[in-house]
Amino acid sequence: MMQFMLLFSRQGKLRLQKWYVAHPDKLKKKITRELITTVLARKPKMCSFLEWKDVKVVYKRYASLYFCCAMEQEDNELLTLELIHRYVELLDKYFGSVCELDIIFNFEKAYFILDELVLGGELQETSKKNVLKAIAAQDLLQEDETVDAALREVGLL
Amino acid sequence: MMAYPMYEVDWSVLPPEQNRRFNPAFNIATIKQVVNEAIERVRMPTPTRLRDLIRQIRAARTAAEERSVVNKECAYIRSTFREEDSVWRCRNIAKLLYIHMLGYPAHFGQLECLKLIASPRFTDKRVGYLGAMLLLDERQDVHLLITNCLKNDLNSNTQFVVGLALCTLGAIASPEMARDLASEVERLIKSPNAYIKKKAALCAFRIIRRVPDLMEMFLPATRSLLTEKNHGVLITGVTLITEMCENSPDTLNHFKKIVPNLVRILKNLIQAGYSPEHDVSGVSDPFLQVKILRLLRILGKNDADASEAMNDILAQVATNTETSKNVGNTILYETVLSIMDIKSESSLRVLAVNILGRFLLNNDKNIRYVALNTLLRTVHVDTSAVQRHRTTILECLKDPDVSIRRRAMELSFALINGQNIRSMMKELLTFLERSDAEFKAHCSSAMVLAAERHAPSNKWHLDTLFRVFLKAGNYLRDDTVSSTIQIISAAAAERQAYASMRLWTALEQSAISGLATERQPLVQVAAWTIGEYGDLLVSEESNAISMADEDGFDEFTRPSEEYVIDIYQKLLWSTQLSITTKEYLLLSLAKLSTRFTTQPSQDKIRVIIDTFGSHIHIELQQRGVELSQLYRQYAQLRPALLERMPAMEAAAPRRDDNDREPSPEPDPAIHQQDALLDLIVGSEPLTNGDAEHKTTPNLNNNTNDILDLLSGLDLSGTAPPSVPATVAASVPAPATLLLDGLFSPAPHIPPAEVSTVTALEKNGLRVILEVERWPASDGVTLTMRASSLATLTDFLFQAAVPRTFRLDMMSPSGTVLSPNSEITQVLKITNPTKTPLRLRIRVSYSSEGNPVLEQAEVNNFPPDLFN
Repeated sequence: MMQFMLLFSRQGKLRLQKWYVAHPDKLKKKITRELITTVLARKPKMCSFLEWKDVKVVYKRYASLYFCCAMEQEDNELLTLELIHRYVELLDKYFGSVCELDIIFNFEKAYFILDELVLGGELQETSKKNVLKAIAAQDLLQEDETVDAALREVGLL
Repeated sequence: MMAYPMYEVDWSVLPPEQNRRFNPAFNIATIKQVVNEAIERVRMPTPTRLRDLIRQIRAARTAAEERSVVNKECAYIRSTFREEDSVWRCRNIAKLLYIHMLGYPAHFGQLECLKLIASPRFTDKRVGYLGAMLLLDERQDVHLLITNCLKNDLNSNTQFVVGLALCTLGAIASPEMARDLASEVERLIKSPNAYIKKKAALCAFRIIRRVPDLMEMFLPATRSLLTEKNHGVLITGVTLITEMCENSPDTLNHFKKIVPNLVRILKNLIQAGYSPEHDVSGVSDPFLQVKILRLLRILGKNDADASEAMNDILAQVATNTETSKNVGNTILYETVLSIMDIKSESSLRVLAVNILGRFLLNNDKNIRYVALNTLLRTVHVDTSAVQRHRTTILECLKDPDVSIRRRAMELSFALINGQNIRSMMKELLTFLERSDAEFKAHCSSAMVLAAERHAPSNKWHLDTLFRVFLKAGNYLRDDTVSSTIQIISAAAAERQAYASMRLWTALEQSAISGLATERQPLVQVAAWTIGEYGDLLVSEESNAISMADEDGFDEFTRPSEEYVIDIYQKLLWSTQLSITTKEYLLLSLAKLSTRFTTQPSQDKIRVIIDTFGSHIHIELQQRGVELSQLYRQYAQLRPALLERMPAMEAAAPRRDDNDREPSPEPDPAIHQQDALLDLIVGSEPLTNGDAEHKTTPNLNNNTNDILDLLSGLDLSGTAPPSVPATVAASVPAPATLLLDGLFSPAPHIPPAEVSTVTALEKNGLRVILEVERWPASDGVTLTMRASSLATLTDFLFQAAVPRTFRLDMMSPSGTVLSPNSEITQVLKITNPTKTPLRLRIRVSYSSEGNPVLEQAEVNNFPPDLFN
């Protein structure tokens, strides 16, 4: 099971955080800070795994962003890399060649996509198409709602 | 700037000109613009948009500037929350979530999230649940308020509303929430809608994780999940079953019958042609394959029939998986783990180890890492197969990547046996020398352990230990010093001379090169050994002992007595060495005064010892004064007091040392009794040094300073041969006791917790023990407090612990106990094995002239005392 996932930039700025275990805020911040420092200190040629405290950290850098997952000991590290890659593919499909700025300005969308891929720290959907379909349908739902309300407001409905 | 209260630009698709993806209705944007402009005319002012806030924050050049932007915005958001502004709530929460990610406090948005969730609008719910997942967790009471909203939404007609509620429940379910909502989740697992079904299955997984008792109710609905076609439902179903199987052995048996189903699903995945929906670089749904392989491993463990049923499919996966990409290796990795864990055929095992061998040679670091990791997990199953890869593994010790080095190191230790110990240790010594600080402690203690277990000869053992001492420096664990001293003490005389000569070379080199500070454990062992066997070190008779190392070099030059003392002086006057190390050196020097014979060296020793009479550190000063007395008033005692210590009994075998022959142990009952008897032998004020005590029985009338002196030398590690392993047994680290017990630096650390245990309550006498844990250490300090209703005289408190513990007793505050006073005495217990503490105590006193003796066993200490 995934314990948490962090997205952060090369400068060490946190871009996304998803916690599947309950920790006090203070501890979350401490973990985030320490982990970002540790991962950023590693050289590009090193392997993507890090035994850190009692978790196994799997991380991968895509352009300026680090995707970093803390897994439990019995989880398959290589599969976690595939999971990260799947998430990146989804972001890419959704935003259309995603960049860090997309995630900064639309962080909520990035969360929504993650929530359609992973639930409670486990993978819930292995089809990219299904994830994107669910996101598009929910976006549309919001859209309809807004238009509906807008029309109501100006007295057209 | 356009702004419309109900329409949140940020929360919908991007404006048309920026929209790079599917836009359901272009004309909507046009309508929107018209509407926005109309509204803007009537409604002012409007809050900053999320997008603009992010821009502002990003534009801040300093941290202070950013803080001021954030504080201003937070103040504004708070005010809108106070005014119950429901129109902008969604936007404000979104901004707050961004601010939260930057690390600012955002707890004041928690209740507002709940209000959003309660709103009928999907947009509000979507953001509200997101906020709830980010801002709430089970540590806050607010989270319980969400239960009702969740319950409503779990019953919604809109699948996405149900989906949001399930997602949130899966992320922040507390035990209470899990109990309240489990039946809803169970109902949703049975839903015909795959989108809801898969989410409900993972929710059930989380609920069971939080509250294992709730598992039963999900059992009926779970099995049918495997009959679905939808991969989302399949993978969540397998995850749920895996959790259930790990949860209870009964459930594991219950699910044994699904092995054929799982095999069939896996087979279909492999044999089915290309399916674009689930394909990852030519592999069909690796996520599902891995989950199934893992469940098979759990089901097949220790079960010949189940293992038999999955043998073929595992072989098929192992041989047919494409290995050029990461996905293929992912599946192979999981397959190897399963093959090694179940009762698989031997040919399959060979196949698995060969896959790992290929992994080890892979260029990809990640693959090499998992190979090492897996070999470590399989080494107990098939050592010889792993041994074949030894050279490659040793090569990985030199890898620049710390993760790989760590794995390689642990694997190397697992591979050491009696045949390869010489070559393995050579490699590991090189590794130890170059390794980072974080490895040194662990590596050196594992090396000490391996050497102890597999040493081909006593000489090799000592040589290896000395090398470890040299290379690990101060990272060496404290108990290594005492165990090494014990080995030297128990060795043959010729070996002792050899040890003193080897250690002398190391000590001299360290002192001259100024490295002694970094090698204090080495200095301690060297000081002890030279102190004991200094006569052999300087004697020409030792010339017969070969000092040549493995390469035939003999660098040893026999030092003169005075040169030895010069080196001692250099070390003792160094400001860098720890007090403990100096204590070793000082006592060793005193011992040398009876080993060395020439007058100039005697004088030199005396001068050095005298200087400690005014040392700034009180303990060293006391030792200095006491040892000086051995040159003056009590000179006649010196040779007897500083006699060579008898050979120490073997220390208690280490915990994980299974393959060593069990040493004949005395009957535990007798042993306990002995320990107490022994305490009584040494029970005169302050002494527990029985060996020396016996050599000087006629000196008891020499008043108290002698006894005090004895306590200073504290030779309690030496049990008389007639009482096997008594004090030495209860004191597995005799040499550190030599000094540590008396001037241990530990008490300066502020104690973390104090609890009280009543040890004895009888006839008005009450003995309590206050337990103080040492933070981040394996020891405790017990303070004995005795109080009484009547006046008691000759009060004496004694204690004994099992042999894996070390007990140091300080002197009591007095011997007379009057009704309104108390006697205290401090006991220090260290427990390297972290087993629960048992303590046997004996209290003797005179009440109105009648001697009374009480005994008790205290075992009601807090169970987690040594965590």
